[in-house]
Amino acid sequence: MAVDATQHVAMTFTEHLPVLQVLVTFVAAPLVVLLGSRQLSWLIAFVASAVSFVIAIFLLMQVIDGSVISYHIGGWAPPLGIEYRVDATNAFVILLVTAISTIVLPYARESIKDEIPAKHHTLFYAAFLLCITGLLGVAITGDAFNVFVFLEISSLSTYVLIAQGSYRDKRALTAAYDYLIMGTIGATFFVIGLGMLYMVTGTLNMADIAERIADQGSNRTVRAAFGFIVVGIGLKVAIYPLHLWLPNAYTFAPSAVTVFLAATATKVAVYILLRFTFSVFQPAFLFEVNTLEYIILPFAIVAMFAASFIAIFQNDFKRMLAYSSIAQIGYMLLGISLLTETGLTAAIAHLFNHGITKAVLFMGVGALVLKTGGSFYNRIEGMGKIMPWTSAAIVIGGLSLIGVPGTAGFISKWLLVEASIEKGWWPVSVLIVLSSLLAVIYVWRVIETLYLKAPEGPVLQKAAPLSMLIPLWIAALACIWFGFATDITLSASRSAAQGLLAGTAGMM
Amino acid sequence: MDTNTAIFLTMVIPTGAAVTNLLFRNNPNLRDGLTLAAAVATFLCVLAILSNVGNSTTEQVQLFEVFPGLSIAFNVEPLGLMFAIIASGLWILTHLYGIGYMRGNNETHHARFFASFSLAIAAVMGIAFSANMFSLFVFYEILTVSTYPLVAHKGTPEAIKGARTYLGILIGTSIGLQLLAIIWTYTLTGTLDFTQGGILEGYIAGPMVAVLLALYAFGIGKAALMPFHRWLPAAMVAPTPVSALLHAVAVVKAGVFTMLKVGIYIFGIDFLAETGASEWLMWLAAYTIIAASIIAITKDNLKARLAYSTISQLSYITLGMALATSMGALGGGLHIAMHAMGKITLFMAAGSIYVATHKTNISQMNGLGRIMPFTYGAFFIGALSIIGLPPLGGSWSKWLLVLGAADTGQWIMIGVLMLSSLLNVYYLLSIVGRGFFLPAADQPADAKIAESPTLVWLPPALTAAGCVVLFFYAGELQEFLSPIVSGYGGEADG
Repeated sequence: MAVDATQHVAMTFTEHLPVLQVLVTFVAAPLVVLLGSRQLSWLIAFVASAVSFVIAIFLLMQVIDGSVISYHIGGWAPPLGIEYRVDATNAFVILLVTAISTIVLPYARESIKDEIPAKHHTLFYAAFLLCITGLLGVAITGDAFNVFVFLEISSLSTYVLIAQGSYRDKRALTAAYDYLIMGTIGATFFVIGLGMLYMVTGTLNMADIAERIADQGSNRTVRAAFGFIVVGIGLKVAIYPLHLWLPNAYTFAPSAVTVFLAATATKVAVYILLRFTFSVFQPAFLFEVNTLEYIILPFAIVAMFAASFIAIFQNDFKRMLAYSSIAQIGYMLLGISLLTETGLTAAIAHLFNHGITKAVLFMGVGALVLKTGGSFYNRIEGMGKIMPWTSAAIVIGGLSLIGVPGTAGFISKWLLVEASIEKGWWPVSVLIVLSSLLAVIYVWRVIETLYLKAPEGPVLQKAAPLSMLIPLWIAALACIWFGFATDITLSASRSAAQGLLAGTAGMM
Repeated sequence: MDTNTAIFLTMVIPTGAAVTNLLFRNNPNLRDGLTLAAAVATFLCVLAILSNVGNSTTEQVQLFEVFPGLSIAFNVEPLGLMFAIIASGLWILTHLYGIGYMRGNNETHHARFFASFSLAIAAVMGIAFSANMFSLFVFYEILTVSTYPLVAHKGTPEAIKGARTYLGILIGTSIGLQLLAIIWTYTLTGTLDFTQGGILEGYIAGPMVAVLLALYAFGIGKAALMPFHRWLPAAMVAPTPVSALLHAVAVVKAGVFTMLKVGIYIFGIDFLAETGASEWLMWLAAYTIIAASIIAITKDNLKARLAYSTISQLSYITLGMALATSMGALGGGLHIAMHAMGKITLFMAAGSIYVATHKTNISQMNGLGRIMPFTYGAFFIGALSIIGLPPLGGSWSKWLLVLGAADTGQWIMIGVLMLSSLLNVYYLLSIVGRGFFLPAADQPADAKIAESPTLVWLPPALTAAGCVVLFFYAGELQEFLSPIVSGYGGEADG
């Protein structure tokens, strides 16, 4: 009898995993504030994040073969009730978000002590937990309006987190404010688009919308909705001309926040873009095909070159990485706009691989900042000798950013080139490799600075604390590991791509 | 030891040596001793593989399946095995030489130097045993990145500039051209395995074959085909042991080795001959042979002259592949070994001159031969082998290349090879002549023998002896290599 009861509990537990995925961090956030203890708040945040990570692994294991979990909140059946829907695409994104947050939190502990006054620590962790919650909610929900709600939760907490950088540099406040304005415009565009869809279809459940749009055929309101949604999400993704908020936000936010945002926030936004362009609207929707081919693709290519060029001429390591992120988002958009299975696989794999790559690099910057007080190139000269472990990890991250074989970055570059050759878009494949060469230049500027210059001024002989080095090296080794063992990344991205290309059918 | 274990060990041991170098950075004798042990152990592993060749199957070992049908996989094949034997064998000598050179010259950062060096050797072993183009490319790039710290070693503005050129050209060509070629091949054929007879036949035709070959030929920047040759002179800012092993043997030979692999196992010699796709490459290789030799004549810096000589000699091998006959490919393969032995002798001798006298320019080297007879003797023998005179190894590979050219009726190519030999005589033997016969400017005519340290002059003397030995064992080596072209209808055992 007892065994049966345990089994029953375990069964219900498994059944409720989708909602627990969001709830754990969501409940932990107010708990942190209520307890108000600095030590406990870190512990609670870390445990909540670790539990979410475990849940994410369970969820991905269930759906990696292409199946779909549908969870009805409060037992209300969709389309009236809110539905959480887990498939390979979002399970993979959720895994990325929770994995990064679980790595970043131990790292954040020392880094935050250095960058934020102690009395704000509890609130910082609460905001951080809310940010995670928002991103997870955006990814997991199957309800269009629910996406908007969670998007706002994550955005609002992000503005707060970025502004925390103001104790080190006051410009963090303007950076956060810029992002607030742009982010709000983006969210408004998004919700206007949703409104139009609701007008046409009378429903907010994504699968339901998709079905009804299919019945509508091409309709001007649907097209306008598509335009509004793409522009709105485009702001969050930082698609090339809509990227202006990103460099300052990444540069002036506290190190740990930059790591988390760079590795996850834009990636989740890319996911929404994927979800809407493929699952809600039809992949065969001609208007969409044209938009992708004639608008998104050119902008993606411009981003790959323009942002890389700008990155080459930066003198601040963190800012350089921010521009490189814009260029890398270009690669993902390029993969999406190819509209083939390989192209989408490349985009989704790059989303993950670039996430861990940027995590390594930004964590490395954070460790340098802790020691030298700045991330300008003249401050970090000669650090290769003084901080050998941090610098070596930065080199690994840099190689992955370039896409050198043996690193995660290489896998996605390979897929991307393969996809463009398959499609017969020769010039595009040449452009991809050419822009990788620009990455060689900006990465090598950093490597020369770290290793071939003599350190300036007196040096404090203080290595980065282990609590920062260990997460840094976990991420760095992951960069190498996923450059060889591609089982998880490739099979997850491939079944995600297949699911997305199946369009509405994939949602059922 | 079974072959699979041995293959892994040839990569694991040098990587381990890189780690011990960094761990024991403050204990020079232990550090260098361990590396020496690693070098010997690696060489023994390669010999173990050699001894297994007859009695084991040629199955491939798979490590990771990275993409569907694409794995990091290894197998044993004559060309690769020969390359591994050369590189690991010469590593022992170069390491001894390197210890003497680095200490004798008071260079800094020994641990970083030897660690990068060991890592480069591990990458070379990976290249030699790769069972498909994908693995080869992975190790090719690891080799580029791991040799960068060696080129930038001195940290002077000149070294940084040279290292930038080095990295820029090698990464630029490999990612910009070679990677495209590889992915293109993969989308066409769905495989990248090195297969006897090539994999491309039937998937591609017409002028596109030549385009794909061009992407490969220029993409393999390490083969230093003009106009992508400038990285090699730029790399000469590195300490001489690096120039000796890496930029006369390991790195450049990795380039031409890849070139041969692509020609023989990706395109297939017959396929190249049928389509005539490699004819332009033959002319370009011929041009590189002559042009680089002429530039070498104008160089007064000894290492720069040797670098251009290397560029010229590498194109012999490319030419051998581009002739698209089995004899040419075999000659190219043989030339990898012959040139390696000759050129490492020349470079180590140049380093020996530098350690003893700190002279880098040929015009200052008058009369040095009488003071440093061992060094100059080794240099003389190495030079004769490069020129291709009997009784030295270099004569055989040139002979096969000439036969290959005659096979296809390319009489002009025979002329090119002969002209190149004459140019070699001029720019190499003039150095020897100055050393022995011209009066020294700043020394008394009866100066005593003042050789460099034993660890510095002995290794080149040994490799010079190796050049002589290779002359007598060339037949066996040729027979060993002949499976790479057997089955092409050509006479492989000429």
